This record gives sequence, C-alpha cells and structure tokens, in this order.
Amino acid sequence: MIDIEKEAARIAERGECAPRLARDPVNLPMIRNWLEAIGDEHPGYTEVAPPAMVQVWTMAGLHGQRTLDDPLGAMMTVLDEAGYTSVVATNSDQTYHRYLEVGEQLSVTTSLEDVTGPKRTGLGEGWFVTTRSTWWVGDEAVAEMRFRVLKFRPAQKLAPEPEVHQAPQAIRPSVNRDTQYFWDGCNQGELRIQRCGGCGLLRHPPGPMCPECGATKPTYLVSEGYGVIYSYVVHHHPQVPGKQTPFVIALVELDEGVRMLGEFDGEPGVGQRVEVVFTKVDDDLTMPSWRPRADR
Amino acid sequence: MRIGDSLPEWHVEATPTFVISTALATRDFQDVHHDRDLAVQRGSKDIFINILTTTGLVQRYVTDWAGPHALVRQVNIKLGAPCYAYDTLKFFGQVVGREDQDLTIEVVGRTGHGDHVTGTVRIEVPA
Repeated sequence: MIDIEKEAARIAERGECAPRLARDPVNLPMIRNWLEAIGDEHPGYTEVAPPAMVQVWTMAGLHGQRTLDDPLGAMMTVLDEAGYTSVVATNSDQTYHRYLEVGEQLSVTTSLEDVTGPKRTGLGEGWFVTTRSTWWVGDEAVAEMRFRVLKFRPAQKLAPEPEVHQAPQAIRPSVNRDTQYFWDGCNQGELRIQRCGGCGLLRHPPGPMCPECGATKPTYLVSEGYGVIYSYVVHHHPQVPGKQTPFVIALVELDEGVRMLGEFDGEPGVGQRVEVVFTKVDDDLTMPSWRPRADR
Repeated sequence: MRIGDSLPEWHVEATPTFVISTALATRDFQDVHHDRDLAVQRGSKDIFINILTTTGLVQRYVTDWAGPHALVRQVNIKLGAPCYAYDTLKFFGQVVGREDQDLTIEVVGRTGHGDHVTGTVRIEVPA
C-alpha cells in the first residue's frame, strides 16, 4: 500500500528541480506554425512570441523523457503505481512578466506545490496534483505557471455504456403529507391548487401552513387547467434521468392566480396560452405538464 | 473598454485537422490529441483539444477584440468538458475589471457538452 501523501511530501520537500533547457531558442518558424494552427492573425508576433506559447518552448517533444528530478513526473509515477493511471489537465494559470524575443534561450524549473485526494470526480476517483513552474532567460524569471492535473482511476464500466437517449428511469417526486393531495389529483386527472381552510387563500407550491392567516388546515381547489407562460427555461445540460435534452420547463401563471412549474411541450413564448395535460408514468404516478392551448 | 463591455461571440469549429494541427504546433504529442482509436480506447468520445491550445485560443479571443497593441499579462483557465473533434467551441467574454490601463476579462468557452473552459485574462492597453 503506497502512502500517497507521504510520497507527495517527500517530492515537495525536494523543492525546484534543476533548470531544464528548451530544445530551441524562441524562434520564428515555431511561432508561425503556432499562429497558423490557432488561426491568430495578430501582426505583432514577428520579433516576439505570443505569451501563451511560453509552455510550448519547453515541451518535452515526441520522444521526450522526463528528467529524473522532475517533480510532476515523480508524482505521476507514484500515482500510476497506486492505480491512478489516467491523467487530465484541469487548471493552467500563467503570468507573463514580459514578452519573449526571438533568439532568447529559455529554461524551466518546476516544484510540486500540492497533492490532494482522493476525490470523487465525474471521471473516477483521483488526486489533484498542482505544480508551479518558472521560466527563465538566464537568471531572469520571465513567466510563471501554476498547473493542475487530475490523476484518476477511470470509473469501471461494468455494462456497456447506455446510450444517452435510452433514458434511465425518470426522477420521481417525493410525495409527503403536504403534497399528497396534488399527486392524488394528478392520478385522477385533476390539477389541484392548495387552498387555505381558514381564509381561502390559494397557494402553490404547497405547504403545511397558510402564509396569510397561519391556519394549518389546507384544502384544495380544482383548477380549470389553463394559464399563460410567465417565464421558461430551455434545459440543455446536464442530462436529466428520464429526459431527452433539450426540454422546456415553463413557469405557468394559472388563470386562478398561482404559478406552477412544469415541462412544456412546444415552442415556448412568454405570454403564450397553455393547458394542462396529464401523462401516466405508472399506476402510482401521473405527471402534469403543459402544451399550447388548442384554438377554439 | 469599460467594465461590463461584452466581447463579440466567437465560434471555433474544432475539426480533426484543427485539433491535430494545434496539438502538434504546441508540441503536445499525447495520443489522445491525434489518434482517435487510442482516444476511444482510453474512454474518450474522440480526440480532443489540448490545454495549451485552449490557452492560445483564450488569448487570441481577447487580443482579437482588444487589438494588437494590448499586452497580455496573465491567462488563467479552468477546464471542464473536453472539446472533442467536430464540436463547435463558442466563446463569450466580458470586461469585469479595469484599473487604469489594466483590464480583466472573464472568458467562457462552451461546447454542446457544457463549459469547456472558464477563465480570466489580464491585459494592459495603451493609454
């Protein structure tokens, strides 16, 4: 069993690695390749390099080997051995003290700043590894970077990954004593609005106590099921179980006066007339949603 | 250029050629940036843009707007969803700080899968 935190402390303690030289001095052919690929038509990069290229100059290359004292390489090896075999970059914070001139020879030093984990992430369990690098021209620090990677164990795929459109089971509402009447109503094809048994105030969403008079004996009124779209969102991301994105969630102002959220089937617009429609999910659950009101 | 100013929306078509040529131009030879079979084997949907390119795109987005006399002092980025080949990467930005000639611009780059990059760029503009 590898003690990752202990290994991290040991590597961090070594401080900065020895300066590693860039393969080539800052040069125009590399700058022009970069500008061409990025599509950058900035006219100023004829004698100086784009600042964002700073890391490019000291990349290890196609057959590059990490130096033995490279702290990021050392930490990657530790995590590889602990089973965290995949890596993805998550943060890059670069500060440029000045522009680099063609012909300048760069070197870079790196130290391990921080290792935290294990963390559960969308990709799998992993560790965040943060390093700090400084680029030098001679003994002048010209740029700095804090760089963070996630070194993770890819989540096990036991079954073939379900297609996104084979939606998993829909999220079910949590039904409780305050909301039971509403879902019972849906099962019977009634859109019920909570009504105070004391003062008669209509309210939605439901609650145990009237905000107006404080009475705790709610009743309900059956809505006609008509209203207008007060506002809406089109949900694209993230995926929602049981739903195919994008879908529309509308806040509907009922003719009775309260506002109610629900999915809307159609091309939405504020002020649009809508009517309720009930969709039976199973014996215990019927979901209300909205559609454009049929012309009459 | 004032706090609250928006940068014009900018779209980058991340064709396979774009993903590969930028990876190589940034001297990043990791297979996931040029070999789809290996990228898929490693659990990705396709090859995807490398972080050095994202940094370059964020810088370009801001200097295209600010003009060639603006000096770039800092690019801080946080990566989210990968930008895969065939994605359209849409950039949005806004000036969120200004102190004399120093401007701070917030940038978001988004694909259909969500935010690929969020970050801030600090530039210095001529007086």
